[in-house]
Amino acid sequence: MIRSLHNTRKYKIGFGVFAGVYFIFLFAPLVMVSILAFNDSMFPSLPWYGFTLDWFIGKGPKKVGLFYNPMNMNAILTSLRVALGVSLLSTFVGTCAAFLFDQEEFRFKKFFYLLMIAPMVVPGVILGISTLSFVNSLGVLMEKSIGIDLRILSPGLLLVMCGQATFITTFVALVIIARLKKFDRSLEDAAYNLGANRFEVIWHITLKYLRPSIISGAAVAFLLSFENFNTTLFLIGSKPTLPIALFAQIRDGGTPVVNAVSVLLMFCMSIIALGNLYLSRKSDGK
Amino acid sequence: MLNYKKRKITWGFVFFFTPVFLWLSLLFVLPHLELLRLSFLGTDYYGKSGLTLSNYSAFFSEPAYWMTFARTAVYSITVTLIILIIALPMAFYITKVVGLRVRGLLTLMIIIPFWVSTLIRVYGWMIILRESGIINRLLIGLAIWTTPLEMLYNDVSLVVGLVHTNLLFMLVPIIGVMDSLDDSLIEAASNLGAGKLMIWWKIILPHCMTGIMSGSIIVFMLITGSYITPSLMGGKNSQWFTQQIYNQFIIAFNWNQGAAFGFLLLAISSLIVWIALRVTGQKLGEVVK
Repeated sequence: MIRSLHNTRKYKIGFGVFAGVYFIFLFAPLVMVSILAFNDSMFPSLPWYGFTLDWFIGKGPKKVGLFYNPMNMNAILTSLRVALGVSLLSTFVGTCAAFLFDQEEFRFKKFFYLLMIAPMVVPGVILGISTLSFVNSLGVLMEKSIGIDLRILSPGLLLVMCGQATFITTFVALVIIARLKKFDRSLEDAAYNLGANRFEVIWHITLKYLRPSIISGAAVAFLLSFENFNTTLFLIGSKPTLPIALFAQIRDGGTPVVNAVSVLLMFCMSIIALGNLYLSRKSDGK
Repeated sequence: MLNYKKRKITWGFVFFFTPVFLWLSLLFVLPHLELLRLSFLGTDYYGKSGLTLSNYSAFFSEPAYWMTFARTAVYSITVTLIILIIALPMAFYITKVVGLRVRGLLTLMIIIPFWVSTLIRVYGWMIILRESGIINRLLIGLAIWTTPLEMLYNDVSLVVGLVHTNLLFMLVPIIGVMDSLDDSLIEAASNLGAGKLMIWWKIILPHCMTGIMSGSIIVFMLITGSYITPSLMGGKNSQWFTQQIYNQFIIAFNWNQGAAFGFLLLAISSLIVWIALRVTGQKLGEVVK
C-alpha cells in the first residue's frame, strides 16, 4: 500500500497510469499553446505547416508578430507598470502589517488579524465592484461638496492598483509573517543592550533577516498583480492590462499572436518563480 | 485609549499601525460598507431614490437570477468534489507510494502549470476542444470521424476547465497533512489484516480531514468567484453568477442590483462553507491555519 510495504505489480502500474494521465491532463493545454506559437499558419490550430518565428518577430504584411503588435505591447507595458506599483505598495504595507502583528501588542489584535485575512477570501469580482462603487461615491461627494472633479477618482490605472493591492497585501504580509515567526528575538535584545534604539534594531537586524522573504513577497505580489483579471475587469479605464487585452482576443477566437504572448509569459513567469524558489530554499537553509 | 497594559504608545506602533489601518479601512472596509449601502438603494416609479429591499426581492422574483445562482452553487460543489476525488489519490501517490527521489520532481511538476495564468490555460483547452481544434483535426485526420464536433461551450468543457484551473489549491493542503501521517500506522493496520478501503476509511481520511476541508473551502470559493473559465468555456445560455454581477454593473449600469448580487454571492459562499464545517465537525480556526 505504501512504499515500505509489499505492493503488487498491478497496484504499482495502476497508480503509475493514473499519474501519467494526470500529468497529460495538466500539461496538454500548455504544450499545445506553446507548440502552435511556432506553427507557420494563420490560425492557432493544426495542421502543422512548419516552424516559424513570424508570430514573434514577423513585420507583416501578412503576419505581424508580437513585437510589432502595438496593442499587445502596450498592454504588456501597462501591466508591468501596474504590477510594479502594486508590488511596491503591497510590500511596504505588508511589511508593516507583519511587524504589527508579530511584534506589537494592542487591543483588538485578533479582530484586526481576521480583518487582514478577509480580503484574501472575498471573491475578486466583489473587491472590484466595491472599490469601484466607493471611489465613484467619493468622487460624486467631492464634486457636490467642494466642486472639484477629481480625475484620479475615475477608473484607470491608479484604481486598478488600489483594487489589486487590497488583497495582494494580505499575501505579502502572510509570507513575511511566516519568516518573522522564526526570528530569534534575543538578537534584538542583544542589540538593545548594546545601546541601539528601536529604529536601528529594525533597520540593521530585523529587516536584514527578513530580506529574502520581503523579496519573495514582492515577487508574489508582482505575479499576482500581473495576471489579475477579476478585480481589474471593473476598474480598468481606457488602457487595458495584458489579461484584459488577452481575454478579448481569446473570446474572439484568438490568433497565433496570443500563443506568442503566452509563450513569452510562461518563459518570464518561470524565471521569476524559479528565482523565487531558489531564494526561499537559500533562506531556509540558513 | 490605545494604552495597552499600561504601556505607552510607541512610535513603532504608530508607524506600523497607520499604513495597515489606512489599507484595511480605505481599501477594504469602507468600500464594502458603501457596496452594502448601494445594495439597499433604489429608485421608485416616480424616480425618487431611497432605501428599499427591491434589489434583493428582484433576485427571488426573477427566475433568471436565482437559477443562475443555484446553477453556480451546484456546479461549484460538484467541481469541488471532482477535484477532491482526483487530488486524494494523487497526494497519496506522491507522499506515500512513489520513491523519495521521484517525489521532489513530481511535486515540482504539479506546481509548474500553475505559474501560468488561468487565461492561458483556458486558451489551451479552447485550442484543444473547439470545432477547429486539435482533437477534431487529429480524429478526422485518422478518419475516426468525418465531421468536426463542437466540444467546447458546454457543461462538460466548463467542468474540465474549472477542474484544471483549481486542482493545485486542493493538492497542496492535502499533501501537507498526508505528509504528517505516520507510515507506521498504515503498516500496523496492514499487518493486522485491514484492507485498503478500511485503511483509507479509518486512518487516512480522518487524519487528512483538516487538509481536505481547507482545500475544499479554498477551491469552492475560487470556483464560485471565477469569471474567466465560465465565460470562455461554458455554454452561451448557461451563465455564471459573476457574469450576472458584471452584466448589472457594466452593461445594464444598475449598480444597486449588482451590489445586491455581490452580497448574495458572499452570503451563499460563506453559508456553504459554514454548512460544510458543521457537517464534518471542523472548526474554522483549525482549517484556516
